[in-house]
Amino acid sequence: MEYFLSEEQKTIKGLARRVAEERILPVRAELDESEEFPWAIMKDLADADMFRVFVPEEYEGLGGGCLELCLVVEELARVCSAVAASYAVNALGCFTLMEYGTEEQKRKYLPDIAAGKRLAAFAITEPTAGSDASNIKTTAEKVEGGYVLNGTKQFITNGGEAEIYTVMALTDKTRGARGASAILVEKDTPGFTFGKKEKKMGIRASATRELIFRNCFVPEENLIGKPGLGFIQAMRLFDKSRPGIGAQALGVAQGALEAAVDYAQQRIQFGQPIISLPVVQDILAEMAIQVEAARALVYAAARMVDSGAKKITEGSAMSKVFASDVAMKVTTDAVQICGGTGYMRDFPVEKMMRDAKITQIYEGTNQILRNAIAIELRKRKARTE
Amino acid sequence: MNVIVCLKQVPGTTNVKIDPQTNTLIRQGIETIINPFDTYALEEGVRLKERFGGKVTALSMGPPQAEAALREAVSLGADEAVLLSDKAFAGADTWATAYTLAGAINKLEQYDIIICGRQTLDGDTGQVGPELSEMLEVPFVAYVSQIEEIADGQMRVQRMVEEGHELIETPLPAVITVVKEINVPRLPSLRGIMKSKSAVIPVWGVQELGIDQGRVGLSGSFTKVIKVFFPQRVCQSEIFQGELETQVECLFSRLKDAGLV
Repeated sequence: MEYFLSEEQKTIKGLARRVAEERILPVRAELDESEEFPWAIMKDLADADMFRVFVPEEYEGLGGGCLELCLVVEELARVCSAVAASYAVNALGCFTLMEYGTEEQKRKYLPDIAAGKRLAAFAITEPTAGSDASNIKTTAEKVEGGYVLNGTKQFITNGGEAEIYTVMALTDKTRGARGASAILVEKDTPGFTFGKKEKKMGIRASATRELIFRNCFVPEENLIGKPGLGFIQAMRLFDKSRPGIGAQALGVAQGALEAAVDYAQQRIQFGQPIISLPVVQDILAEMAIQVEAARALVYAAARMVDSGAKKITEGSAMSKVFASDVAMKVTTDAVQICGGTGYMRDFPVEKMMRDAKITQIYEGTNQILRNAIAIELRKRKARTE
Repeated sequence: MNVIVCLKQVPGTTNVKIDPQTNTLIRQGIETIINPFDTYALEEGVRLKERFGGKVTALSMGPPQAEAALREAVSLGADEAVLLSDKAFAGADTWATAYTLAGAINKLEQYDIIICGRQTLDGDTGQVGPELSEMLEVPFVAYVSQIEEIADGQMRVQRMVEEGHELIETPLPAVITVVKEINVPRLPSLRGIMKSKSAVIPVWGVQELGIDQGRVGLSGSFTKVIKVFFPQRVCQSEIFQGELETQVECLFSRLKDAGLV
C-alpha cells in the first residue's frame, strides 16, 4: 500500500528498520529471557539519532511529529516490542515538557533527551488510579521554594532506568483531579526511590517499576505549566501518544505476519509447503488484511495529530484500539500457523503473542477507549438534536 | 588529526559477470556496497577524529556511480569526500590504482594517517595499501587490529599476525590497512544521512590531479587478467550407505583396492 511518505520519513523508517534488523534481532530472544534493560540498543538508537526524531529542532532534535515517531516505533516493534516500548516512552516522558514547559526547562532537558544521553519516563498510574486515572493520591505539597512529594506510582515504564520523570501529583488535594500538576523529578533526588522490577508476561526487556516518593523535595522550577492543569495536560498527551501505541501494535503484528508466512513457506506437510493449503492461505490473507488496515488507521491518526486538529480523542483512540486488537489476533494466528514450533520459546512468534497483549491494556485499556469513543458519538448526536 | 580513508565500491553480491574482452568485472547494473573491510577503515578514521579532532576525507576511485559509496561514507561520519573518476582510469590494476590515489593524496596535502581496508571483496589482492605507502614514501603497517596510542608524531599499533599480535611503533604520517577485529562499524545516523544528501563531492580526473595519463588505467597497469576460469573439479566423492559396520567395510575394501592400506 502507498502511504505517500516524504523522503525524510522514508529515510527515518528505513534506518529504524536497519537498526532493528542489525542490532536488535540478534539479541531479542536473549533480552526476553534475561529481562535485561537493553542499554546497548538504546545507545545504538541514540547514535542513529532516533531520539532526535520527536524533539523540536531548536533543542537539537529533528522536529518530527507523531507520524515520524510512529514510523520508528513500528519498525522497532516489528523486531522487538520491548525495545519499541522503552524507546517510545521517552516521547511520552518529555511531551508535557515540550508542550507546556518554559524555555528554560526545555533547554535544560530536551537536548540531552534528543541525544539519547538521558532517558525519560511518564508517571500517572497508581495502585488506586488505573483506568480511573483521576483518582491519584500522590501529593506535592507546596513549601518554601518548591514542592514535597509523597506517594507511590505503579507500573512505570523505564522506571529506574530513566533519569527524567514527569510525575502527576496533587498540588491541591482538596480539588481532586483539578488539583493535579505535572512535576519533573530527576533520578537521584533525595526521597525518590524505586520499587522492585516487575516480572511481566511480555515486553520483558523493558523496565517496569514503582516510583516511591517519601518527602521528596523538588524546586519550584520543576513544575510544568500551571498548577491544577496536570490532569488535562495528561489527557491531551494521551490523545497525541495513542497512535504511537497503535504503531507498536502494528509493528508486532507485521513481524508476526512475516514470521508466519516464512514458516508456512518452509514447512512441508503432506508433501507440500503448508502455504499451499487453502485453510492456511485463508488465515494468512486475513492476517495481512488486518495488518494493512491497522497501518492505514495508525498513519491516518498520526497525520491527524500532526495537522494540529483540535478534536482528536476519537480518531486517536480508534487507532490504538484497532491496532492492538489486530496485534493480539494476528500474533495468536501466527502461533497457530507455526503450530508446535510456534509455541516453543526458541521461535519468535510466542514472544510476539505475549508482547502484543500489553498494547490492549496500557495507555487506556481498549474498554475505556471504546467508552471514550462512545461518549464522543453521544455528544455529536446530542449536538444535532 | 587529518585522516584519509580509501574505500572502494564493490558488488554486493557474488553473482557477477566478467567482461570477456577485458576480463574485468562488469560493474553496471548490479547492487553495490562499500567494500566491507573499508567500512572498518572508515569507522577507525571517524573514531580518531572523535578522539583527536581534525577531519576525515573519504577517497574512492571508480565509475561515476561510486559517488553513492562516498555519500554513504559521509553519512557514517566522513567530513569530506572526493571521487576519482575518469574514463582514463578504467581497467586499472592495483599499481595504477595506487598511483592515482597517491596523486589525489598529494593534492590533498595535509594528512596524518591513511587508512585502507586489508583487501577488497572483488579483487582480493590486498596490494593497494602497501603500494600507496611506497609511492607516498611513508611507513606502512598491514593488518592493524588496534591503534593503541598516538602522541608526538608517533603511533603505536597492534598488528595481527598468524599466531598472535605484533606491537609496532611508527612515525606519522603513515599508511595502515585494518582488519575487521579493529572495531564494530556504526550504523549511519539520521543527521548523517541528511548531510550526505546535500554533500558536495568533487570529481577529480587526470587533469585535476595533474598526473601522467600513461600511468593510469589499463595502459598504466603492469598486470592484466588474461583469463578467468573456475578450476576443474578433480576429486570424486562417494557416500557409503547402510549400517556403520558395512560402511567401514566398504571404506576399507576401497582403500585396499587403491593400494593405500
